[in-house]
Amino acid sequence: MLLKIGIKNLLGAGLRTWLNVFVTSVSFFMIIFMSALYDGMREHAKQVSIDTEIAGGAYWHPNYDPMDPMTFEDAHSKPPSEINKLIDDNEAFPVLVSQASIYPNGRMMPVIMRGIEPNQELINLPTKVLNTQNNSYIPVLIGRGMAKYTNLKEGDTFMLRWLDANKTYDANDGVIVHIMDTENFKIDMGQIWLPIKHLQQMLNMPKEVTYVTYKKKIPLVDNYEDWVPKDVKYLIRDMEAIIEADEPNAVVMYITLLILAAIGIFNSQVLSIFRRRKEIGTFMALGMTRTKVVSLFTLEGGLNAFLAMLMTIIIFGPVFWYFGIYGIPLPIDYSDMGLIIAKSLIPVYSIGLFISTAIIIAGTVLIVSYLPSRKISKMKPTDALRGKITV
Amino acid sequence: MNSNSAISIQNLVKSFPVGGDFFIALKDLNIQLLKKEFMGLVGPSGSGKTTLLNIIGGLDAPTSGKVSVMGKHLDNTSHSERAKLRRKHMGFIFQSYNLLPVYSVYENIELPLILNKVDPNKREKKVKEAIEWVGLSHRVNSRPAMLSGGECQRTAIARAIVHQPALILADEPTANLDAENSHQIMKIMLQLNNELDTSFVFATHDEKIMSYLSRIIHLEDGKIIKDEKIK
Repeated sequence: MLLKIGIKNLLGAGLRTWLNVFVTSVSFFMIIFMSALYDGMREHAKQVSIDTEIAGGAYWHPNYDPMDPMTFEDAHSKPPSEINKLIDDNEAFPVLVSQASIYPNGRMMPVIMRGIEPNQELINLPTKVLNTQNNSYIPVLIGRGMAKYTNLKEGDTFMLRWLDANKTYDANDGVIVHIMDTENFKIDMGQIWLPIKHLQQMLNMPKEVTYVTYKKKIPLVDNYEDWVPKDVKYLIRDMEAIIEADEPNAVVMYITLLILAAIGIFNSQVLSIFRRRKEIGTFMALGMTRTKVVSLFTLEGGLNAFLAMLMTIIIFGPVFWYFGIYGIPLPIDYSDMGLIIAKSLIPVYSIGLFISTAIIIAGTVLIVSYLPSRKISKMKPTDALRGKITV
Repeated sequence: MNSNSAISIQNLVKSFPVGGDFFIALKDLNIQLLKKEFMGLVGPSGSGKTTLLNIIGGLDAPTSGKVSVMGKHLDNTSHSERAKLRRKHMGFIFQSYNLLPVYSVYENIELPLILNKVDPNKREKKVKEAIEWVGLSHRVNSRPAMLSGGECQRTAIARAIVHQPALILADEPTANLDAENSHQIMKIMLQLNNELDTSFVFATHDEKIMSYLSRIIHLEDGKIIKDEKIK
């Protein structure tokens, strides 16, 4: 009965209802879209790291600590045989890491050299450009950020100086063979990429590597000796830590949008009760109990939320779809700031996001509909009939 | 209490707090209304007509005294019991119609039946009957804003009688109407009184409708100054 009357009241109010529903629907859209954008941003950062750096995980040399370049000097050896077999089967590729200095345009700059197998296909790096037969120079691949920072262009030559395994300083010319576009600043800023065999020769470390990155979704080898397996979860922990640190911001944003939606509905409910005093009195005179009148107004608020959900799907569904496919282009490159942010932000929607948002908004709407409706239970029917409020 | 009695009022007093004092709106009233009576509460503004009507309708509570409507004592019933009594056995007609603006004529009239959980098929039949009684068949889909004052009041009457209550309380039902509409409305109510055996209580100071009443209680300053039966 209440549902029927509630639907009649809502639909009968025409434009007033649809405006309220639209405002709630915009809040729905904003909450879902902003959360999805946020999730998309975080997901993208993780995905970029996995695609361009981590793949399925890595076996580290026991002395390797990527946060401490001083360890690089001792973090190299021939990998255990089972790991070597993975490399031979193209299910992994080796990387040798060492410190060096470069002298672009007469300036000195410390860098990290990473020797990589040029034919690897496990991570999304254009390493094939490092395939060269010319041994008179060192082919070097750098990122767009590094190129900008060092003012180097494709074909530029610069001096490279390093300490080899015999603790002897050597130097040679490096040539930029390619400048790659990457959103992952960790493989760009301060990094230069070389063919691993070339680097092994330079460092006098034949067949030695620092870590071996393996393919996604393959099990760990049985015997990795003293090498240390690091899975994706471990390798993206810094990203997870940033996300976790950022969680309060996401919650604040979510709550702010929710409060905005709640205030809109609360406002319309309060207005509704003030505007509809006579109607409330009439309902009471016709024999509706106070509890039922309160329930009716609360239900109308709930129906408002339900219609808003439908409207969100109908009106904003295509908007969700469009941005889900094409994203929102960002005007500046954030990789210079040490952030992994896509050049185009793509929101990531999940069923969980839709359901949790719908439940939270519907719950909030019911509460903010109920609170002003409680005034009705304190209203004298005789005053309500005259359009007066005595609470 | 007489079994033929629709309303029984004994020593009814109603007072309202005004500032630090009390204003006594009804002073020691005693009234018996028999079933099928067509009674008017007549008096100037402030004489207590509407207050008495509200107390009979269970919309307001007496300060002291006993009020029984359709055999139910109102002084010791809960809000919801009084709401049920109104829903089942009473109909209200207001001076300003109090029609729900977003409902059509049909939906306004249907509302008491929905509240009484009447089966949809029976509901349709009863609404159509009520619409015919008040002569609004051509206006069923109109909203109150599109109706004249007379049509609004006829809709309100149809809403009050659609569930065929035993008692109808009408507060100044003709105050906003011209003479012709007032007479039409009164004729309709008189006809319903005869055909449906419904008791009517009017609060009015409209001279035009006096001639239709079978009993007039004159109120002044909250007291009955005259109780006249008209043949």
